[in-house]
Amino acid sequence: MAATASTVFNSRVPEGPMAEKWDRCKKEMKLVNPANKRKKKIIVVGTGLAGASAAASLAELGYQVESFCFQDSPRRAHSIAAQGGINAAKNYPNDGDSVWRLFYDTVKGGDFRSREANVHRLAQVSNNIIDQCAAQGVPFARDYGGSLANRSFGGAQVSRTFYARGQTGQQLLLGAYSALMRQVNTGRIKLFPRREMLDLVVVDGVARGIIVRNLITGEFEKYSADCVLLCTGGYGNAFYLSTNAKGSNVTAAWRCHKRGAYFANPCYTQIHPTCIPVSGDYQSKLTLMSESLRNDGRVWVPEAQSDQRRGNQIPDAERDYYLERRYPTFGNLVPRDVASRAAKERCDAGYGVGASKQAVFLDFRDAIARDGKHAIEAKYGNLFHMYAKITGEDPYQVPMRIYPAVHYTMGGLWVDYHLQSSIPGLFVLGEANFSDHGANRLGASALMQGLADGYFVAPYTTGHFLASNSLPDVSTDDEAFTEAMANAQGRNAKILGVQGTRSADSIHRELGHLLWENCGMSRERQKLESAMGKIRDLRDEFWSSIKVLGQGEQLNQNLEHAGRLADYLEFGELLVRDALVREESCGGHFREEHQTKENEALRDDENFCHVAAWEFTGVGKEPVEHREHLEFVEVPLATRSYK
Amino acid sequence: MSETLDLTLKVWRQPGPDASGRYVEYKLTGISTHMSFLEMLDVLNEQLTEKGEEMIAFDHDCREGVCGMCSLMINGQAHGPDAGTTTCQLHMRRFNTGDTIVIEPWRARAFPVIRDLVVDRSAFDRIIEKGGYISVNTGNAPEANAIPVPADVQETAMDAAACIGCGACVAACKNASAMLFVSAKVSHLSTLPQGEPERASRVQNMVAQMDLEGFGNCTNTEECQAACPAEISVSNIARLNREFLRAKLCAKE
Repeated sequence: MAATASTVFNSRVPEGPMAEKWDRCKKEMKLVNPANKRKKKIIVVGTGLAGASAAASLAELGYQVESFCFQDSPRRAHSIAAQGGINAAKNYPNDGDSVWRLFYDTVKGGDFRSREANVHRLAQVSNNIIDQCAAQGVPFARDYGGSLANRSFGGAQVSRTFYARGQTGQQLLLGAYSALMRQVNTGRIKLFPRREMLDLVVVDGVARGIIVRNLITGEFEKYSADCVLLCTGGYGNAFYLSTNAKGSNVTAAWRCHKRGAYFANPCYTQIHPTCIPVSGDYQSKLTLMSESLRNDGRVWVPEAQSDQRRGNQIPDAERDYYLERRYPTFGNLVPRDVASRAAKERCDAGYGVGASKQAVFLDFRDAIARDGKHAIEAKYGNLFHMYAKITGEDPYQVPMRIYPAVHYTMGGLWVDYHLQSSIPGLFVLGEANFSDHGANRLGASALMQGLADGYFVAPYTTGHFLASNSLPDVSTDDEAFTEAMANAQGRNAKILGVQGTRSADSIHRELGHLLWENCGMSRERQKLESAMGKIRDLRDEFWSSIKVLGQGEQLNQNLEHAGRLADYLEFGELLVRDALVREESCGGHFREEHQTKENEALRDDENFCHVAAWEFTGVGKEPVEHREHLEFVEVPLATRSYK
Repeated sequence: MSETLDLTLKVWRQPGPDASGRYVEYKLTGISTHMSFLEMLDVLNEQLTEKGEEMIAFDHDCREGVCGMCSLMINGQAHGPDAGTTTCQLHMRRFNTGDTIVIEPWRARAFPVIRDLVVDRSAFDRIIEKGGYISVNTGNAPEANAIPVPADVQETAMDAAACIGCGACVAACKNASAMLFVSAKVSHLSTLPQGEPERASRVQNMVAQMDLEGFGNCTNTEECQAACPAEISVSNIARLNREFLRAKLCAKE
């Protein structure tokens, strides 16, 4: 169905043994001398963990950095909402952890669809991250002797997760933000908050600048540089309802894609099993409840369909503890993707609970009876409090109602080992790239990747790029800037010009529903094919009936939303197409047609052990699929089982 | 309790920074008690769009109480009536049918209104810029366990570091003082051994910038603590004052 190009990717993975690749790469990379660094300008878009850490580190090296974010302050990027923790191979608990084991767990957790060399480097620099953050004053949890504490996290048999209460993301981001602000004070970083990137400027095949809209004045602005770092996060909000912040969007990444950057594995989306369910059609976002709750909570639904009794009024004999029934070995602690699909299966079969019937119970009754309320409160008090605040129910008395929700996206712009996209000079860091998590991300690994890319990878690899290329000076008066600016302005003017009847919110909800129903936790050919057509129709409807009031030359949040939605309507089609073409099940991508007799994901390593990297050919036109073959040398291909 | 509410809203509308603003009254019916406060405003905005009126601009992002982007004075209280709760986590079951709810932006000289309920809080970034950090370059860090930090010291630092930078403290204060915000960062960093080398310069530089930005003085009314959604304690202000005095008295120049 889609054209497949036979491009041989140069992913620039260094030769040699796995454990020596990164050192070899660092040895071979060229350096920029300090005097020349001052003359080089680097644009960093996004101020989450990846963006803030990269901007700060590059400025410390002496480059001129310009940092952009759409929020009112760089401190607000959505990395701030991460709860659980950050992994590192310190082996402080002396329980047998090592760089190799972290690498192994991450490759396996990703269901053998990530690039081994990237993952190994991630594990290698993980320890430096903890050192760096501790030195910045990140208040990680400590033991009474003053040394750092660890806790266990999903999928690992060792205790390697560092944490700051339930606010690890907040504290790591504020650490990176403080490093960024320190460089603002030195004058090496210029800060541009409340700016949204609306196009990438490519001059002679190299990324040389960006076009942004000043969200306060509505003015379009042009910025040129020697290279561009994109750190703009994931695309979970394509589904409308997700655990992402309301402003998180795919726009910057998508516009780079339209300028030639390949988009890799967009169908790898992570659906987190324990979120507070949708309570009504006004719902604007979903809130995660840490998966640690499944350590003590038991998941069940009533034996009878449409049982509307309160959970605590249903006797044991009329309950179906379906995870314990289906997965006797792992029980309630099956991995995220398995737990999510099982909840959906029960609800689809009519056993869901609550008014919407799109929820299952997570019950602490037995744990409270066993350990006492006090013990449960000590472990999960803040989560119970948050649950009560949102739902108005007391989870100590009645079982929690939970349902899976879109949480993280493993796919993203394709990058090589240097984190450079298929456009020279455009580097992509953090969740915005595809590289390290394969088809499923393990808990506490997103924070690790964002900071690894920003603190310890990009500062070296961008330097090598700058030292290896003699780039001519580019002025923002260049034709390419004029064209890109006109393109971005034209798109906004077109949106304002429609003056139709439908709000951006209503179309976005419809797109989200389409994607969730057809390309969510489980996918099948027929539904995917029909969804592609429906997305195209919805896109046409957007351009004929979108209603955005107000002017372009002002703060106009409605226009911002409509612009992001327009990109989701193009991106959504690619997401579905990728899911359709990948005729196997792996990690977060589950195709009904490809499962074992026991309903487990069935990988097809013979035909799909590759990265699908899509090349844009035009809106509504078939993209070209490029394939990067994946080799597993250190961690041989194997099947996961949880029975 | 009824599952839906009928409400009257009085919302501050101001087209731009230099335009004059006014309260506009809106009637809402059938608001679900399960909605968050911001979802209630989403519903209103959808209705306004349908009627051909421009949406009410308000800041928000994570909607789970941690990014600090949402604000709003709700019936005169920063982030509304619930303690330790941001506007995005406030739910409509807290209100009764027939209620009139007055919604205003943060009001402070240092936080000028941009449009409707959106204000400019960049003053906070400029204060952090002057010293809200520990000066350590990437790659310079010693092994993380080389500097032990006693658990209670770390807990005190964490209590202060939990500040979300929303500005409720300023909005709640009759003098529009930023002392709670500044003291939270000063406390976080001066408590930790890593923050020791810059202890004196940090507090002086941050306080100097705070004054430059036009925030008012602290008169210890503690309204900031009552309004703070992250439950930052005013004991941090006492610590800031000690740190400031210490820096001045022990000045080397």
